[in-house]
Amino acid sequence: MTLAGPIEQGCPSGLAPVGLGVSGAVGAFVVRKGGEKSLSLSVRGAKCAGCLSKIEGAVNALPGVRQARLNLSNGRMEVKWTGDLDANRIARTVTDLGYGAAPFDPDTGDAAAKAEERSLLIAMAVAAFAAANVMLLSVSVWSGHGEMGETTRRIMHAISGAIALPAALFSGRVFFRSAWSVLKKGHANMDVPISLAVILALSVSVHETIRGGEHAYFDATVMLLFFLLIGRFLDARLRRRTHAAAHELAALQARSATRIGVDGTTQSVRASDIAPGDTILVAPGERVLVDLEVIEGVSEADESMVSGESLPQAVAPGVRLYAGAVNLSQPLRGRALGSAENSLLSDIARMLEAGEQRRSAYRRIADKAVSLYVPLVHTTAALTFIGWVLAGAGVREALMIAVSTLIITCPCALALAAPVVQVVTSERLFRRGVFLKSGDALERLAECDHVVFDKTGTLTLGEPQLVRTDDDDDAIARAARLARASRHPLSRAVVAAAGAGQVAAGVREHPGLGLEADIDGVVCRLGSAEWVGAEEVRGESRLRLWYVEGDSEPRRFAFEDALRPGAGKLAEALKKRGAGLEILSGDSEGAVADIAWQLGISDWRAGASPASKVARLEELREEGCKVLMIGDGLNDAASLSLAHASLAPGGAMDVSQSASDAVYTGAGLDAIEGIIDAARGAKVRMLQNFALAAGYNVIAVPIAVAGFATPLVAAIAMSASSLIVTLNALRPGR
Amino acid sequence: MEMLTFLIPVAILLGLTGLGAFIWAVRTGQFDDPQGDAARILTDDEDRPLPDRH
Repeated sequence: MTLAGPIEQGCPSGLAPVGLGVSGAVGAFVVRKGGEKSLSLSVRGAKCAGCLSKIEGAVNALPGVRQARLNLSNGRMEVKWTGDLDANRIARTVTDLGYGAAPFDPDTGDAAAKAEERSLLIAMAVAAFAAANVMLLSVSVWSGHGEMGETTRRIMHAISGAIALPAALFSGRVFFRSAWSVLKKGHANMDVPISLAVILALSVSVHETIRGGEHAYFDATVMLLFFLLIGRFLDARLRRRTHAAAHELAALQARSATRIGVDGTTQSVRASDIAPGDTILVAPGERVLVDLEVIEGVSEADESMVSGESLPQAVAPGVRLYAGAVNLSQPLRGRALGSAENSLLSDIARMLEAGEQRRSAYRRIADKAVSLYVPLVHTTAALTFIGWVLAGAGVREALMIAVSTLIITCPCALALAAPVVQVVTSERLFRRGVFLKSGDALERLAECDHVVFDKTGTLTLGEPQLVRTDDDDDAIARAARLARASRHPLSRAVVAAAGAGQVAAGVREHPGLGLEADIDGVVCRLGSAEWVGAEEVRGESRLRLWYVEGDSEPRRFAFEDALRPGAGKLAEALKKRGAGLEILSGDSEGAVADIAWQLGISDWRAGASPASKVARLEELREEGCKVLMIGDGLNDAASLSLAHASLAPGGAMDVSQSASDAVYTGAGLDAIEGIIDAARGAKVRMLQNFALAAGYNVIAVPIAVAGFATPLVAAIAMSASSLIVTLNALRPGR
Repeated sequence: MEMLTFLIPVAILLGLTGLGAFIWAVRTGQFDDPQGDAARILTDDEDRPLPDRH
């Protein structure tokens, strides 16, 4: 870098806030291939050309780096290098520039999805090429109607056929394959009438061309495929994008752990590489990745992600630490426990599976439309054929009319109706920092009429804040001298209230008790009532600290787990939309009651275990409620997957994020209202689109059945209906 | 009308060239990072072709 002066932090165009820095060691994520090493990083906050050249320039300047390329669309950076450059230095180079960086595990599922997307895009291009060129020839046949000689027309049809046949067979493979696979099982899906229409139309048109007939449906066939492939492509792209977003959010948490070898050396390893029995070192501030049994060290752990309990728990050898807990004060050594049957994670995994199964049984609006549509179209086409034969028309003529009915009713508009709306809506949400996990999540979100919240970390910030009184500014500043040396949440709250300042020398931390230091010969202590020798007052705020200097009177600080910004507004807004509200928390009764009272929610349950949360959701389900669950902890994961729809904040545990339908980012809760409105809006649009598609068929089918559907009519009708549906989805909304 | 025997093949050939170019562009990953490509044109660095194609 040759920038003069201090290097600007973050995006030079100011399009994104400065990133959060690196998460953990990245060494475990380096892939070695021959003499070359490569690393994938997920870079946050890169938005413009300035970011691109800044990041690539700085990384390329590192010794041994052969290639550094940042993909701005998905925020992934590939770095390849030779030699002994430390991978952490690469990540640090990026974070020093003011961007967030997290090691990224190249995902194998994504490669398959990418290949599928590419092949759909190519199929679509081939269909588009064929549709455009065949249309060129068809228009001349239509406009020359009555004047064009039979030989010329036959040549035109022959050329059209020469283009359309290979193109249709190539780009229609997706539909043929899917139709064949369901037909083998004796079912039918949307691809069956599509394949039937394409194959019949092609054969009839070839026959007509050879016979020198007037009507050939080559143009309609390839155009049909083109429109259908647009729908398929959008669907595939949405699926890949939502999958990638989910994977990336998980990657932000896929931190590595420090394993201590037999010879005492430490090594950074991924969570998946930890075997039962391994000795793991957990530094203060670090999150535990696998269930551990503590073998050495005394500390405190924040288990709010695991149990919802907002008070830190004391940890001593022999205690079991669950994955998701954060070590607060002293380094700990623990032995990794295998996936024992009674482990919390395996319990939750079992419950998750049950939820997934139920969710995959959900029938989308599109599925319902198809199950009505397929038999209807087939019956209509068959009846048309029989009817015309009975009415005295020849078999050839009757077949032509039946085929034109199949083509004209073919579900272009139907196939576009849902995907276009889903793509447009998820794109709008994406820009607001909401990552949707699947297209049908929108439908389920729109149906919800009862909202269940988790408390700690979801409704509240999950970190205590000091309740200020008028006269304690001086005391806070004094206490902060000790507090700055500690990672305990209450100490951090004191520091947050005091602001920047000095830290006392030689602060000793006594887990479960408090801090102690000699300041100018006076012993100062910050901690529990017992630690400072103060008298405990019952029945007040549960979260408090005492501070004492020498023999002076102890000062008491009270804390509260504050509501997230926008929580009150959200509760109001949801009530206005007719949703029932409920809090299900693992925290103690007093804390939950307080929050419920602040939000005006009368329905709440405290001390709920993961299993009792699930039981409550089942109960609500039996009452006929469609539950929207919003939660972040490990203890919420099972209920998130079981609820009709679910949301998780960006800071949630990765299990909870993958169990939920959408993940919202940002400190406030404002996004939730927007998600629900967007989902409801999307559902209205989808229903409108299906109504438009049905309305189109009501007009088009009689025309086709009556035998008036010439290739020209079919071409106009199909493109018009597809256009209307697409425009309706793109229409700007709230 | 004789012109048609000449014009139609030319038109189709042009179309096929375009299609071929598009398929080549998709296969070589030129649609993988639309935002990055839009930004890259603004940087002063030498813009080399994509190193990997898969």
